[in-house]
Amino acid sequence: MKLVVVSAGLSVPSSTRLLADRLSAAVDRGTPVDTEVIELRDLAVEIAHHLTSGFPGRALAAAQDAVAGADGLIVVTPVFSASYSGLFKSFFDVLDKDALVGKPVLIAATGGTARHSLVLDHALRPLFSHLRAVVVPTGVYAASEDWGAEGLPDRIERAAEELAALMPKARRRQEEPVVPFAQQLAALGARPREQAPVR
Amino acid sequence: MQFGIFTVGDVTPDPTTGRTPTERERIKAMVAIALKAEEVGLDVFATGEHHNPPFVPSSPTTMLGYIAARTENLILSTSTTLITTNDPVKIAEDYAMLQHLADGRVDLMMGRGNTGPVYPWFGKDIREGINLAVENYALLRRLWREDVVDWEGKFRTPLQGFTSTPRPLDGVAPFVWHGSIRSPEIAEQAAYYGDGFFHNNIFWPAEHTRRMVELYRNRYAHYGHGTPAQAIVGLGGQAFMRKNSQDAVREFRPYFDNAPVYGHGPSLEDFTEQTPLTVGSPQQVIDRTLSFRETVGDYQRQLFLMDHAGLPLKTVLEQLDMLGEEVVPVLRKEFAVGRPADVPEAPTHRSLLAAKAAEEKEESAV
Repeated sequence: MKLVVVSAGLSVPSSTRLLADRLSAAVDRGTPVDTEVIELRDLAVEIAHHLTSGFPGRALAAAQDAVAGADGLIVVTPVFSASYSGLFKSFFDVLDKDALVGKPVLIAATGGTARHSLVLDHALRPLFSHLRAVVVPTGVYAASEDWGAEGLPDRIERAAEELAALMPKARRRQEEPVVPFAQQLAALGARPREQAPVR
Repeated sequence: MQFGIFTVGDVTPDPTTGRTPTERERIKAMVAIALKAEEVGLDVFATGEHHNPPFVPSSPTTMLGYIAARTENLILSTSTTLITTNDPVKIAEDYAMLQHLADGRVDLMMGRGNTGPVYPWFGKDIREGINLAVENYALLRRLWREDVVDWEGKFRTPLQGFTSTPRPLDGVAPFVWHGSIRSPEIAEQAAYYGDGFFHNNIFWPAEHTRRMVELYRNRYAHYGHGTPAQAIVGLGGQAFMRKNSQDAVREFRPYFDNAPVYGHGPSLEDFTEQTPLTVGSPQQVIDRTLSFRETVGDYQRQLFLMDHAGLPLKTVLEQLDMLGEEVVPVLRKEFAVGRPADVPEAPTHRSLLAAKAAEEKEESAV
């Protein structure tokens, strides 16, 4: 199974990436998976260009294909101004609107203080619900203080187990078949023809 | 193979001078560009249709009728005609009228339009875009092909005993292309009717164009109009030329950097690598355009966008001189090499009339 991790951390090293790695390692421990990590920092310029030009550059297109082809996703963003970062949101803004339909997604975020932990439920969860993903019940938030406290490893394990349980049932995106034209016409109440006209 | 130009009709400030042409200047420039296209031996001039600033061409048949009166050979077309928000009855009437005035030198390219507010301004809903294109075009075809039409549909007031006048020239409807960048439904529609499919690839990577054209070709064959290779395909292109490619890049860069649509985005270098835009010598434009055949197969119509982003008229006319004198003659020759004999040319009024006569003869013989 293919697990894709989307990390929107900006610094190197990044606590967002650290959390992402802990989460993917936890999934892999329970159910061995092929893991691909997408660092949005590396795609920042291509994402901005996509917004202006309307099509993805090569690296961004490859990342979009990886996301669309995944059996499960882990998405991790730092909290910026009380929400996900703009870069994180922009990546999903330029993704095909059907790419995440039926796909299991584990949401996670990092921040300087625990006061922002509800960002998971007021920002990330609605975003992925809108994209018709299947968001696992446990989201993982890590404030700076969590890296020296109890509780984080348990939440990571629980979230990873939930994601791993859903991954075998993931709906992979399929090429949409063309709706035959006669069917399209008939849906409008127009009389379908016996056959296509020959020029 | 047909070669021509298509224009968006944008009124854009020249970024090198800051000067914005008046609407009158831009409209007159579009006419001058069309006349130049005929003068340098191009086959097609196509105008966009827009109903919002900064665009001027809201009334394509007025402009094309005027150009028709001042040209002899140029095929007058659109890029695109809004099949969603225009009344199909008015399209049927306007373009049949233009056919008579232009002695048949008319075809159309249908498009949906992607400017949200235009739909409500014309009493339509953008979420019905595909359905509007399907139903309106089904009616338009009947209006051109049947003398008396009874019609009831979802989007338009019913018609009982309606005759669209004037009837199409010689009883032959104008040839229709369907333009779409990413909607398979439109490729399917074009294939169903055996109409042309135009992929305006100028802002898109080649792989995307290849997939859309392949879908159209396969469905064209599925509906029994011919082999996939015989489907009628048109492509866009975009070029800026100077004798020395360095000069072309230097002169075009400020226009590129500030262009509507893609300005302030990817670099000129990235964009020319990833899309059909070619900025360089005429030979580079020739080489690039010839490579389109590798993506979509032998095709019928190549239209270039030459006059947007605030380029001054004088520069555009110089570009058209180069296009007509140095680029297109080579393209005509090279595209003919290795082109299978059973790949048709784009239909024209004359070829459609001949096909109709042959069909009638066959019927009377039975």
